[in-house]
Amino acid sequence: MSDTDAQRRQFLKTSLGAAAVAIAPGMLLFETARGNTEAASSKVRWGMLIDTAQCTQGCNDCVTACNKENGLSGGTAPTDSQWIRKIDLKDISSGHELSLPMMCQHCAEPPCVDVCPTAASFKRADGIVLVDRHRCIGCRYCMMACPYKARSFVHEPLTDQKPDVPRGKGTVESCTLCVQRIDKGQQPACAEACKNKAILFGNLNDENSEIAKKVRSVVSVQVRADLQLNTGIRYQGL
Amino acid sequence: MRLLVSLLLCLCIPMTWAADANAPKLDIGKGGHCVRDPQWMRKNHMHLLIHQRDETVRKGIRDDQVSMKNCVDCHASLKDNSVIARDDSFCVGCHRYEAVKIDCFECHSSKRQTALAMKDEK
Ligand code: SF4
Ligand code: SF4
Repeated sequence: MSDTDAQRRQFLKTSLGAAAVAIAPGMLLFETARGNTEAASSKVRWGMLIDTAQCTQGCNDCVTACNKENGLSGGTAPTDSQWIRKIDLKDISSGHELSLPMMCQHCAEPPCVDVCPTAASFKRADGIVLVDRHRCIGCRYCMMACPYKARSFVHEPLTDQKPDVPRGKGTVESCTLCVQRIDKGQQPACAEACKNKAILFGNLNDENSEIAKKVRSVVSVQVRADLQLNTGIRYQGL
Repeated sequence: MRLLVSLLLCLCIPMTWAADANAPKLDIGKGGHCVRDPQWMRKNHMHLLIHQRDETVRKGIRDDQVSMKNCVDCHASLKDNSVIARDDSFCVGCHRYEAVKIDCFECHSSKRQTALAMKDEK
């Protein structure tokens, strides 16, 4: 490097430094952050209590609302993403029939997170289990590990995603409990859409919340409780 | 004296950039004042984004100002509401020039939110 080059470099360095100083006072104006600047806290454990008695057979409102909120196609082929599905159950001996929504159960001990080789699957401090698509390599280990068949793989390129819900080919996805809404203090789209109020959403850790009170007073079960995953989604009347 | 020369030079950098005949002429959309000084943004926007993406996805911190959504809202073209649709679109214009592939928009919406909301209502 010639002397002139070295000088130029030095000159550039100092001038960039000066630029930073010169701009700093103006920048402060734009530093004030907006939106939700608080991180999810482990004081909160988001969960749902689903009252199967209130869930009507044939009603698909929660599924439709989920698809709309998160920009899913609504297709039900094996290669289509489904974040929530309606399941019809029948007790063969008694003939008793039930219909209920089923989605990621937001396990406290999520097997999907255990097996993920890239730490793309992770549990947020407030109990929401998510896929970080910036890291997901599409290996689908999590799909195999999940006992609830909650996860979908995006097979085709997508266009016109929702600004709040980035989704893309080659990554795995599942119910996010509508984080984008929860972080704004709203309810998940499915809970809000259910006319019969079959889905009760709230903070399980707050003993005064409606959901905590109800979980204390009624019998609710976790699907496959034997796996001891401590799911955030509970069902009443199952 | 040194400071004065430096300041002069700072003013000159954007000018020389603009004067380069091959430099992309971008459709900056609404434009206006960015969250940082433009010269800084040209060099460092990816550091802002990569930091913010971890904050948002993994911790739930949603600082609207440095969100991808906010970038697109200001910089999408006023003609087609997109940051990638044409050769002079805000993101694509520079990235082609610098030969750096972006894959942000394989997942993230490249359209201005207000435009999408209007489409939804129709
Ligand atoms: S239900 Fe499946 S995807 Fe959801 S947290 Fe549990 S293991 Fe993971
Ligand atoms: S598909 Fe993605 S999220 Fe699932 S285990 Fe593999 S890397 Fe993790």
